[in-house]
Amino acid sequence: MNILYTMIPMALAYATPLIIAALGGLFSERAGIVNIALEGIMMIGGFTAAAVTVVLEPLTPMAGYYGLLAGVAAGTVYSLLHAFASVNLKADQVISGTAVNILAGGLTIYLAQIIFHQQRTRSFQTGLGKFSFPVLGDIPVIGPLLFKDVYPTFWIAIILIALTWFVIFKTPFGLRLRACGEHPQAAASMGISVMAYRYYGVMISGAFAGLAGGALVLTQDIQYSAASIHGAGFIALACLIFGKWNPFGVMGAGIFFGFSQALSLYAKDIPFLANIPLEFFYLLPYALTVIALIVFSGKAVGPRAAGEIYDAGKR
Amino acid sequence: MANKRNAVLVPLIAILGGFVLGALVVLGTGRDPLVMFSAMFQASTGINPATGGYNPRLVGEFLVQVMPIMLTGLSVAFAFRSGLFNIGAEGQLIAGSTASIGVALFVHAPPGLHQLLILLAGMAAGGLWGALPGWLKARFNVHEVVVTIMMNYVAFYLNNWMVLKVYGTIDGIKTVKFPESAVLRDSFLSSITNGSQFHWGFVPVLLAVAVSWFLVEKTTFGFGLRAVGFNKEGARYAGMKVEASIVWSMAIAGAFAGLAGSIITIGTFSFGRVLPGMEGYGMDGIAVALVGANTAVGVFLAAILFGALKAAQTIMQVNSIPKEIASIIQASIVLFIAMKLGIDYLLARLSRKAERADGEGSKP
Repeated sequence: MNILYTMIPMALAYATPLIIAALGGLFSERAGIVNIALEGIMMIGGFTAAAVTVVLEPLTPMAGYYGLLAGVAAGTVYSLLHAFASVNLKADQVISGTAVNILAGGLTIYLAQIIFHQQRTRSFQTGLGKFSFPVLGDIPVIGPLLFKDVYPTFWIAIILIALTWFVIFKTPFGLRLRACGEHPQAAASMGISVMAYRYYGVMISGAFAGLAGGALVLTQDIQYSAASIHGAGFIALACLIFGKWNPFGVMGAGIFFGFSQALSLYAKDIPFLANIPLEFFYLLPYALTVIALIVFSGKAVGPRAAGEIYDAGKR
Repeated sequence: MANKRNAVLVPLIAILGGFVLGALVVLGTGRDPLVMFSAMFQASTGINPATGGYNPRLVGEFLVQVMPIMLTGLSVAFAFRSGLFNIGAEGQLIAGSTASIGVALFVHAPPGLHQLLILLAGMAAGGLWGALPGWLKARFNVHEVVVTIMMNYVAFYLNNWMVLKVYGTIDGIKTVKFPESAVLRDSFLSSITNGSQFHWGFVPVLLAVAVSWFLVEKTTFGFGLRAVGFNKEGARYAGMKVEASIVWSMAIAGAFAGLAGSIITIGTFSFGRVLPGMEGYGMDGIAVALVGANTAVGVFLAAILFGALKAAQTIMQVNSIPKEIASIIQASIVLFIAMKLGIDYLLARLSRKAERADGEGSKP
């Protein structure tokens, strides 16, 4: 039981950036733009957040929060590259996403060398501190798990899940966004600017993935390095698929994958898991996604027009 | 006609754009872009443009860089021709490498045969790792991009588990050294390149380029693959086995990448390794295939270009240009090629403008 008390908060901390980035991917793919660039945008967000935090830490105790904001801004701006290539210049979205990923890996380390004269950013002191809710933290069982010593980013993620659900399914904006991802020509015939909505989708995904990158680096690392993000953006993509492009599904998948990561640290203390190699827990999200894709195959789950180059003349 | 011309023009414009952008980044961060170009020249020819000195070791190291990305380039290009995006060359390469380590350590055979067995094992493992997403695509219509991305990481962690727990390491990072019969390095090749790591891997690489060209361009099988890539339903209507083509195409693509894994394992290294992170050969392969317009000859040339860029990294780093500029240039080139439709449109408009200007000029 004691293991659970330490493991659940840790699993939720791991799940946080996955969920935030996957929600970003949800906006983009619901608008019809496949976003395998989440990984790269997370790198840019993580690098910016770490760099800003390192610089501001001596000046203000809020440095980590400014870092997060800077990560959001950088992610949004950087995602414009993917939007411009795939919306304006009709680039293949997978190739464009690949390029955006390679560029992010190079650019962040290049800038680290220019700014910090090493292969990574300087390490920060605290990053984002944990905090406790005054009254809620005293509730038995769930208090210590959810409200005591949690990272603020976890609660940001929870708010974003609700917000995403509301925006996507309950507002005209969300309806139009989804229309652009399902049948853009039909959306256009109703006077919706497909280009504009696809831009919104990608930019929101940029903001979310930037935030996710910042959250990951500032809570789970001591600096930004080439190994900081390593695959998290692709696990986020896996969450999106596993969660069937639905915010609550994404939450479930994110928490599940967060647990699988946390389990890798605790497996040696749990009798029936002790003999399973660590690598098994690491590869679980990826392997399960392939299986999920097979199970979902044949059913219309994802946005229908995602990945298609928009051709206004097509019927 | 215009399409064929653009197939050459678009990559050239993209390369130019990528290097201009890279030079601007170098300039913008207060370094000298000329150093970058002279580093590429020195790394690929061995001639130091400043002193005129010649060092064949650099040429050897340059060729070592070219070999694996030529193979991953072939891998991506081969799948592209039948309309599949193989983003999983990285994982197929790792699978090939893992299998090669096993054969190198635990199979005993005379030199010559041993290396051959290792290369075949690498190709088989890579081929299987590619055939699986191909089969999933053919059988369940599951998109190969997502499956291959995920399988890259599965291969990555499986390799590390195999090396650590099954093969066993001496220091938690690498296995014992392979026997002499298992490696591709040899004192002759090393001596003519002033002690570089250059190895016999170039022979299977060149064979792979030739086989890929022959398969795609000259056989009925390759014609079928191209037909499927061009128009899946059309090919089906013509009586071609679309599903089988997809599986075979991915299997062969995987085999090329697996071969790259073998060559790195027993050529560049001579022991099995626990990988600290993805090494990016698969991503390099995507760039190589796109710049090479998915043809064997194009891949051959593009791999030389990107190999020179990779080989120049050390020289640039010494001259205080961060070596990551290579990834920045490579990514920009890929991005420009992805914008092909946009560039096509631009070229069409330019040529229309030129025609109009011609027309006006010829009028009296």
